[in-house]
Amino acid sequence: MTEAKTRDMRVLGHRRAFSRRAFLKAGGAGLASAALLGAAGCGQEGSGQKGGGLVNRGDIRLEVVTHIPASDPFGAIVQTGTEQAQKDMGVEVNYRAPDTYDIPQIQKNFEAAIASQPNGISATIPDENAIGPLVKKAVNDGIPVVIHNGGLDFWEKYGALNFVGQKEFEGGVEAGKRMAEEGVKNALCINHYQGQLQLDQRCAGFTKGLGGGAKEIAVEGENPTQVQNAVKTALRQNPDTDGMLSLGPTSVLPLLNIFNSINKGGSLKYATFDLAPEVLKAVRDGVLLFAIDQQPFLQGYLPITFLTTYTQYRVSPVTAVPTGPLFVTKDNAQQVIKLSAEGVR
Amino acid sequence: MTQSTTEVKTRVRDVGALRRWLTRPELAAVGGAILVFAFFALVAGDSGFLTGAGTASYLEVAAQLGIVAVPVAMLMIAGEFDLSVGSMVGAAGMIIGIAIGEIGWPLWAAVLLSFVVALGVGFFNGYVVIKTGLPSFIVTLGMLFALRGLTIGFARLLTGRTQIGIGDASADSVLTSIFAGSIGDFSASILWWLALALLGTWVLQRTVFGNWIFGAGGDAIAARNVGVPVNRVKISLFMCTALSAALLAAIQVLDAGSADVLRGELVELQAIAAAVIGGVLLTGGYGSVVGALFGALIFGMVQQGIFFTGVSTDWFQVFVGVMLLVAVLFNNFIRKRASEAR
Repeated sequence: MTEAKTRDMRVLGHRRAFSRRAFLKAGGAGLASAALLGAAGCGQEGSGQKGGGLVNRGDIRLEVVTHIPASDPFGAIVQTGTEQAQKDMGVEVNYRAPDTYDIPQIQKNFEAAIASQPNGISATIPDENAIGPLVKKAVNDGIPVVIHNGGLDFWEKYGALNFVGQKEFEGGVEAGKRMAEEGVKNALCINHYQGQLQLDQRCAGFTKGLGGGAKEIAVEGENPTQVQNAVKTALRQNPDTDGMLSLGPTSVLPLLNIFNSINKGGSLKYATFDLAPEVLKAVRDGVLLFAIDQQPFLQGYLPITFLTTYTQYRVSPVTAVPTGPLFVTKDNAQQVIKLSAEGVR
Repeated sequence: MTQSTTEVKTRVRDVGALRRWLTRPELAAVGGAILVFAFFALVAGDSGFLTGAGTASYLEVAAQLGIVAVPVAMLMIAGEFDLSVGSMVGAAGMIIGIAIGEIGWPLWAAVLLSFVVALGVGFFNGYVVIKTGLPSFIVTLGMLFALRGLTIGFARLLTGRTQIGIGDASADSVLTSIFAGSIGDFSASILWWLALALLGTWVLQRTVFGNWIFGAGGDAIAARNVGVPVNRVKISLFMCTALSAALLAAIQVLDAGSADVLRGELVELQAIAAAVIGGVLLTGGYGSVVGALFGALIFGMVQQGIFFTGVSTDWFQVFVGVMLLVAVLFNNFIRKRASEAR
């Protein structure tokens, strides 16, 4: 247990000003963000009109351009974070999500955002070639851009102010290592949305961390029955499988419901990326080994605060701000269950 | 004069039982299903495809599609499409999820509410199609987007999330066994599928309403002229397709223990595909429910089959697409041979 905690520190510690423990004690993402905000030098929540600087808070208008569809459970939390920041900062925010993962539509959203001449843009880079030049264009137009969620490797190249998000590949590697330590040799990596760069990175990292014995299977996230049967069959096909990693709650929820019947008498180790209340309950009860949180709330919240302070005072953090991977294990799951049900974790 | 006598003779020619069977709309789909089954039995027979558990696995996937495909086939025979069934699956699932998880309703009430809403949506679809005279393709395409959007919007508004677990609500309820129970490896949805197909076949072949369906799809004006209540037939069928989507949603929510706004995407196209594979004409007026049953079976076998073959799932969709095309080509081949060889 102590070992696990040290490891958590190692994953997060060198980039973060606060430890995981302190973070959880502080009572969740909202408070932690407020603390960060205070550090950045603007603590007047929701005042809107005060604080001096170059412009009035109430006159600041920001755009969010994301690749995550509004229907995505993960995107819902990012949006909750954005809305909270909008209230706390007293600024105007326009959130543009595509209805499906469709790069041309995301590009058009981005162009529309630039054309509206906002004070700043918070965007994701799901595809460097498609979105990178648009980031550059916005920056050249004098609009500061903060990248969140996807784009860790490219944000500096296109002149973005900052990056808030998770190192997906490293998260996968860490997950693989943890599984390997539990004695897992052959694992399934369950991909619920084939063709998504970040999910591929998670799987690739997982394979590396585990030491090579991971097989990726693609399932149809929109059909829970298909997910269940595909995994049942894959387990029968690969009888020496002793571990499973889901890339998100979409495949975890249906699988948890049948986990007893596929668990081969308890020999199967199962873990996942991203949180949901059911995921956390399963972690608390020891059904899931761990869940990897990338704190999507902060990915929505922080870019708005950074862009606000930048617009008002020309101050913002200078390096990438990692929001994950944060490992939720049996020891700390209970604390976040309620927050997850509220859509902030 | 002599000529016309021969014509009359030809028209009353006795058709053999075999020929009559060969020209049934569903025959080709049965052939396609046998072909797909044989393929997997040969390629993956030694890796579990032929076992009881393997059979249960593809039957369950086929059954859940079939539950929607049966009424969709009947609606298509009546000459209309319903593209909103996939969104209805997501919407009904979230209604159940929110009613139980957020408001704390008992399971039966939540399921009942979703059924009532589904009937309402189906009625609305049918009413708009009849009143405006617009193609149902367009009307229900609008509903496809609007309903999915409403589901996402309300889910976010009421819960801040897009995925909801129903917790222990599904435990110890009779409804759970009815919707999501199982006999050995075989799930209850297979029984629902067979029962609905049986009911659909009976309605189509043995009732007045069945005749009305064929009439409405064959030539709506002629049907009206002989007194068929075309509007009533179509609206009832729209309500049936929406209700079947809600039934599928209830099964999936109780089976998976959760609801998700994205559930049911593409079900509308898969159901139409199953019906067409099963011999239903896209133009209406012709087809059978048994055909749709086998169309869904082909779909289920192909979808699950790839996991038995051990082929990398990167190729999953190629596989599904090619297998479906082959199955339909084979269908057409049989149908042609059966109707040409006189």
